[in-house]
Amino acid sequence: MTITDSFDLTEPEEAPAVDSGGERRRVGANLIVGAAIVLTIVATALLSFLWTPFDPTRVEVPDRLKGMGWEGHLLGTDQVGHDILSQLMVGARNTLFVGILAVGIALVVGVPLGGLAAARRGWVEESVMRLSDVIYAFPAILLAILLSAARGPGISSAMIAIGVAYIPIVARVTRGASLAVFQTDYIRAAYSYGRGRTYVFVRHVLPNISSVLIVQATVLFALAILAEAALSYLGLGVQPPAPSWGGSLVAAQTFFRIKASLAFFPGLAIAISVVGFNLLGDGIRDFLDPKLAEKT
Amino acid sequence: MASYIIRRFAIFVASLFLASVAVFWVLAVLPGDPATRILGTQATPENVERLRHELGIDRPLTTQYADWVWGTVTGDLGTSYVTQDEITPQIRQRLKVTLPLAIAAMFLATAVAIPVGVYAASNHRQAGDTAVSILSQLGISIPAFWAGLLLTTYVAVKWGILPAGGFPGWGDSVVDSLRSLVLPAVSLALVQGAILTRYVRSAVLAVMREDYIRTARAKGLTRRSALWRHGLRNAAIPVITILGLQLAALIAGTVVIENVFVLPGLGRMLVQAIDRRDLLLVQSTTLVITAVILVVNLLVDLAYNVVDPRLRTR
Repeated sequence: MTITDSFDLTEPEEAPAVDSGGERRRVGANLIVGAAIVLTIVATALLSFLWTPFDPTRVEVPDRLKGMGWEGHLLGTDQVGHDILSQLMVGARNTLFVGILAVGIALVVGVPLGGLAAARRGWVEESVMRLSDVIYAFPAILLAILLSAARGPGISSAMIAIGVAYIPIVARVTRGASLAVFQTDYIRAAYSYGRGRTYVFVRHVLPNISSVLIVQATVLFALAILAEAALSYLGLGVQPPAPSWGGSLVAAQTFFRIKASLAFFPGLAIAISVVGFNLLGDGIRDFLDPKLAEKT
Repeated sequence: MASYIIRRFAIFVASLFLASVAVFWVLAVLPGDPATRILGTQATPENVERLRHELGIDRPLTTQYADWVWGTVTGDLGTSYVTQDEITPQIRQRLKVTLPLAIAAMFLATAVAIPVGVYAASNHRQAGDTAVSILSQLGISIPAFWAGLLLTTYVAVKWGILPAGGFPGWGDSVVDSLRSLVLPAVSLALVQGAILTRYVRSAVLAVMREDYIRTARAKGLTRRSALWRHGLRNAAIPVITILGLQLAALIAGTVVIENVFVLPGLGRMLVQAIDRRDLLLVQSTTLVITAVILVVNLLVDLAYNVVDPRLRTR
């Protein structure tokens, strides 16, 4: 075995192997605050399709670098006169879009791989795990740099890179959680009925590990937001003039001597979103597995 | 033990091979011809063909791959398509910035995370623990490059305590070079330290639930002395592992932070290489970074199995 086998790579707390349905479920503060933040971001992103205070891409050079509240610009304007609030609203859209697709890629590839490893054991499991070690040696940024070099930088390169980088994490979590389920009597019963491995995995194992996967997906979403912001900041993600939280910080860096607050709001938006998804993940875990909540 | 080392080393070689194929495949096989990309869409077919020949990309893929891997093994990573500079000395030069930065960040993060994590765990569910949990939650939510931008704005530009960016070079002034690494290292360490604190806290909490700690308590040791005498050494094992795994994240972090602080490291070179469409430079540098990560994983695995013999038999 190797070091990466023994640990869940994202969360310090051990994930529960099986959903303990009979326990009393508890809606904690984490869940409420996390869900509220996430819903607000989703609502903001959806609202930006219908309405923003100003046209987010409208350039008004005479109105540039104005302070908060200036002539209806609630958060002020940036170096070319964009309304900062409108830019942040549209940026939320891009952030969520990249997050959903990246986590989607990781789940669609990682879950079957992890399930295959747990169902087949032996050399198949060994190969899947070693392959995921190799992918794990490529951080998302490195993959994004490679893809940008090959296909040109852009939002699709960024989300493929983030998604592929998270495949090993999902595969490991799926394998770890599935192993315990495959040991249970009802799985043996299903096999004795002559059901195939794929059927058993989809019909019996997946529902039992779904809580672990939901928690993992939420935590990965938070990581994906950070990765997307970093890539857009480097110019490898969302391409200007399309607004993005990370991209806004590039301009902020050039102008912070004149207006330091330019760097403040996009960073705050990123941090609040990440806190929101992390709290939501913790909250869902506590809700689905009260025993674990007791322990931590 | 010997058979374990041999097996683990074989896995390492296979991983490195797969990684090199992946890097080569992404850049050589994915749609888009490097020559066209370098010359632009307006280039004549003859010019494209001439450049393809100069770059050696009109040869069969297997030949190109074998040449590249052989060069890498013998320490000759080739010549940049764009600047015509040799790649190996460039990487060596850049590592002199990136490695000290990564090591300083790791050191800072560990120096803060271990005492804070142990403190939180030994004050489980008290005010101090809650404060640490909230702060570490904030720490893992802040993008390192945003922390860098804010530090530049206040510490460097407004208060003028440390340089806002750039790097004088070790040859010019060691003190000034160290000073210009302080803010980047702190930005990286904030995030890494927050993650590590959470691991240390939960590792210590997990150990404190073990039977041998209960036995120690039953023998009359206080919670604190049981933790110091028996708990910390056991909690250290998973923490060491996490430190190894964090290297990948840290290297990814240096790529971004070097661009915030305009440091002439590997990460900045990579991003500039993309702007210049310098494919071979990207290809070789990516392989070098991946190899470093794989080597560290190998070393941590071997060290881990020396520390904890139970793992060898699994």
